[in-house]
Amino acid sequence: MDLGALFGSFDNFLSFTIGGLVFGAIYALIALGYTMVYGVLQLINFAHSEVFMYGTFAVAWTFIFLHGTESATWSLGKALPILLVALLAAMAMSAAIALLLERVAYRPLIKKGAPKLIALISAIGASFALAEAMGLRDRFAGWVGLKDDLEDYVAPGKARDVFSNPVSIQPKGLFEIGGYSVTDVDLVIIVAALLMMVALDQFVRRTRFGRGIRATAQDPESAALMGVNSTRVVQVTFLIGGLMAGAAATLYMMKIGSTRQNAGFILGVKAFTAAVMGGIGNLRGALVGGLVLGVMENWGAAVFGSEWRDVVAFVLLVLILLVRPSGILGESLGKARA
Amino acid sequence: MPEAKALLEVDNATLRFGGLTALDQVSFDIKEGEILGLIGPNGAGKTTCFNAMTCVYQLTSGEIRLDGKSLAGIKRHKITKLGLARTFQNIRLFKAMTVLENVMVGADAHSKVRFVEALFRMPRHRHTEQASLARAKELLELVGITARHDELATNLSYGDQRRLEIARAMATNPKLLCLDEPAAGFNPAEKQRLMELIRKLRDQGVTVLLIEHDMRLVMGVTDRIVVLEFGRKIAEGTPAEIRDNPAVIAAYLGVDEEDAS
Amino acid sequence: MAGLSSIGRRWDGVVERYNAQPRIVKILAVTVFVVFVYALPLLRPPILTTNATDFGGVMFRVIAFALVALGLNIVIGYAGLLDLGYVGFYAVGAYTTAVLTIEHGSWPFFLVLPVSIGITMLTGVLLGAPTLRVRGDYLAIVTLGFGEIIRITLKNVEWLGASAGIKNIPHPTGIGPAPEPPFEAGGLFEVPRLVWDGFVPSLDNDHKTAFLAFGSSDAIPYYWLILTTLILVLIGDRLIKDSRVGRAWEATREDEDAAELMGVPTFKYKLMAFALGAAIGGLSGSFYASRGSGYISPDSFPLLLSMLFVAAVIVGGSGNRWGAIAGGALVAYLPERFREFADYRMLFFGLALTLLAVWRPEGLLPPRRTRRAKEAEAEIEALEDGELEGAHDA
Repeated sequence: MDLGALFGSFDNFLSFTIGGLVFGAIYALIALGYTMVYGVLQLINFAHSEVFMYGTFAVAWTFIFLHGTESATWSLGKALPILLVALLAAMAMSAAIALLLERVAYRPLIKKGAPKLIALISAIGASFALAEAMGLRDRFAGWVGLKDDLEDYVAPGKARDVFSNPVSIQPKGLFEIGGYSVTDVDLVIIVAALLMMVALDQFVRRTRFGRGIRATAQDPESAALMGVNSTRVVQVTFLIGGLMAGAAATLYMMKIGSTRQNAGFILGVKAFTAAVMGGIGNLRGALVGGLVLGVMENWGAAVFGSEWRDVVAFVLLVLILLVRPSGILGESLGKARA
Repeated sequence: MPEAKALLEVDNATLRFGGLTALDQVSFDIKEGEILGLIGPNGAGKTTCFNAMTCVYQLTSGEIRLDGKSLAGIKRHKITKLGLARTFQNIRLFKAMTVLENVMVGADAHSKVRFVEALFRMPRHRHTEQASLARAKELLELVGITARHDELATNLSYGDQRRLEIARAMATNPKLLCLDEPAAGFNPAEKQRLMELIRKLRDQGVTVLLIEHDMRLVMGVTDRIVVLEFGRKIAEGTPAEIRDNPAVIAAYLGVDEEDAS
Repeated sequence: MAGLSSIGRRWDGVVERYNAQPRIVKILAVTVFVVFVYALPLLRPPILTTNATDFGGVMFRVIAFALVALGLNIVIGYAGLLDLGYVGFYAVGAYTTAVLTIEHGSWPFFLVLPVSIGITMLTGVLLGAPTLRVRGDYLAIVTLGFGEIIRITLKNVEWLGASAGIKNIPHPTGIGPAPEPPFEAGGLFEVPRLVWDGFVPSLDNDHKTAFLAFGSSDAIPYYWLILTTLILVLIGDRLIKDSRVGRAWEATREDEDAAELMGVPTFKYKLMAFALGAAIGGLSGSFYASRGSGYISPDSFPLLLSMLFVAAVIVGGSGNRWGAIAGGALVAYLPERFREFADYRMLFFGLALTLLAVWRPEGLLPPRRTRRAKEAEAEIEALEDGELEGAHDA
């Protein structure tokens, strides 16, 4: 255990903290999907991790489509136009996967009033199927005879193969705090995440759909009696979760630059942890939870070594659940029922 | 005749949820061997009172005592050991278990059988199982659902489910049995049977507390009645006394006290 | 769907006829069945046998998974606690065995076994005590986290072998002389296998199984050992379910609050289910560690395995011990049987899970009671429909 690594110098401390905030912002965006679905349906959308993962591939594919497969290193400014297109593509892809999930894996069970456990199993199956399907993308391309045309997009699709964005984004230091140089990439990620949160918050509080979501979350029967179409509400919930995950995917690809078929998994679990930490069903809680998790995880990695990074997340989760089960900001959307 | 001792004493019970005062300094006793009715308009606090008595809620102030022992801080699963059992307004049976099993769970409340004893079928397990089974069958007979003993609780008719709940509660061998609207949804014939059942239970030595809306049933089966309104006790007495009590009439009809008398 | 419930009814009919037989007939039938199961890897029946891999090894895996599923069925099916990190207990059992038999000690396997079970049970209690008080869904995530914590810890701690794992784990001592490869098979006597040419069997004297020697290549003695354990655990499960313990679990699962008010100390029984489930997981893990290859590593215990275990229990029909066994067996067997489709295994698995969950939420073999309840509902629906139609006609 090396406390000096973290607290020894202000630069280090800042570096770990801001790095943690950056990742935390990404966790937060993914956490939104979990927290909203849980708030409305009391279901853990286990396959949300794949919703995110497909988004990351969409980003890479966009770059391949618009730029080609040559490796390049660009500044953020140069990459921005394609990035924006990629953002749209990722959001569209993630939203599509999310809606597909809702239709195939959840809706029939909700209609039947099946126990939550079964919905979880369905989600787990969907999660595996989606991840594996991505891993087998080259085979699928082969079956429809498009293997050559799509070669760049499907690459050698063996399990666990890393799929990279040919364009790497070179972060540029913008300004200094203490001795630490805050990069443009970091700043964009944090600001973008905050903006999306605010937008979502406004949506939920001010629009008809948002009210419908909150009403269904609090009391589905009364909401239905008041004319709220619960199927539509569920669809919108999944859709929004997908859009947020797509945005998170774009930011993730900006920072990391590569992905793989199981990239969603550990991120998904951490994002759910963040959602619970902040207060399940609570949108702002997702933000707080995400940021706290990102920072704590980084600090933990600094002090205990990076191999223990994931353990920090889980230990945090257990502690929060024991000490304050309703989460940091408390539950909301609808008091998630026992 | 010597006054029967108080089995349950509700002593200035007050329960506040945030800004809402659900019970406001309610005081009354339930005497051993009597059938007490707890009535009042909707929202009066009857079920809240029930929940406080069965340790589902903790009182904000005041005390409830069973047999002289305070119920403050008692854990929910211990109330049967103290001799308190209840049924539920919205029927909470163990749906996937059979009728017989439901009642046996009640009988298990006093079982001292441990895991190892059960696993190796040691004597204490065998004797306790036999005794519980016998008692369960007795109770099913008493409430009248013996024929359905092998059926899943969820498959029972509404009336049978209510009866099963009573059998299950009785299996815990209570001193005080609290029935929360046991006649809801019953037709007159079923209500008559229920009244007879309640009297039979009392004859077996159980004190009964009854929340009910059906006035005829309450007047017909109870020895005394306590009336709540807005969390406060507004009257207490025999059925005859309560029937003519202006405050009670006003509470139910929403008429000013002066106008009613 | 109607087809499956008529199969269910027919099965019920078979069971009823079986129950009606005199005792001696039942004992005979059970004995024959049990002997058949023990002999299965020796018999190597044509359709069941996996040709790509050692059938004995596959059968061992099948029973190991069935045992795990049985334990998890107590946690999920009886007590209603969703545990997504069960692989953690499996790992604790395996590693305790490895540590005590070779890594930091040299105890004999059968002495280590109870210790391993005890330690795993303790882990279950330590995990359960704080977490069983939280809501069901959260329990799922916490247990998932626990499973991962175990795996990551195993990977990072040198004392436990880190990523390299632990090798050369000693095998249990058998009966008779120990095996001395490559010539001495050990054991008291040897049993030949069957080999099939189409549907014609013949004795295969080249491959024999020593009774009872635990060597490095023949999985069949291990299979016998773990099968015996499964049978014992099965009997124990039956005894416990049909007692106040089983009733307390079911009541807790059905309606925890009502159960408490009926005198069930729900926390105590939840913890008991958790600890018992952990013990069984640890038991299976111990056998896994000491099997032929003698090697375990953190990679042997991925999260995927927890999910597979849960799927095994649910698919079989939560709360049904035979369904759990069948589910565990299927989950272990199918990937081995269809190894040619190795690459598509997980895809099929995922699709199958989702389809099954959506199409038949009650599971393949739900507890008979659920089926009865469903049939009762179907009857009522049919009656109501009939009445409505009648009303239209009139």
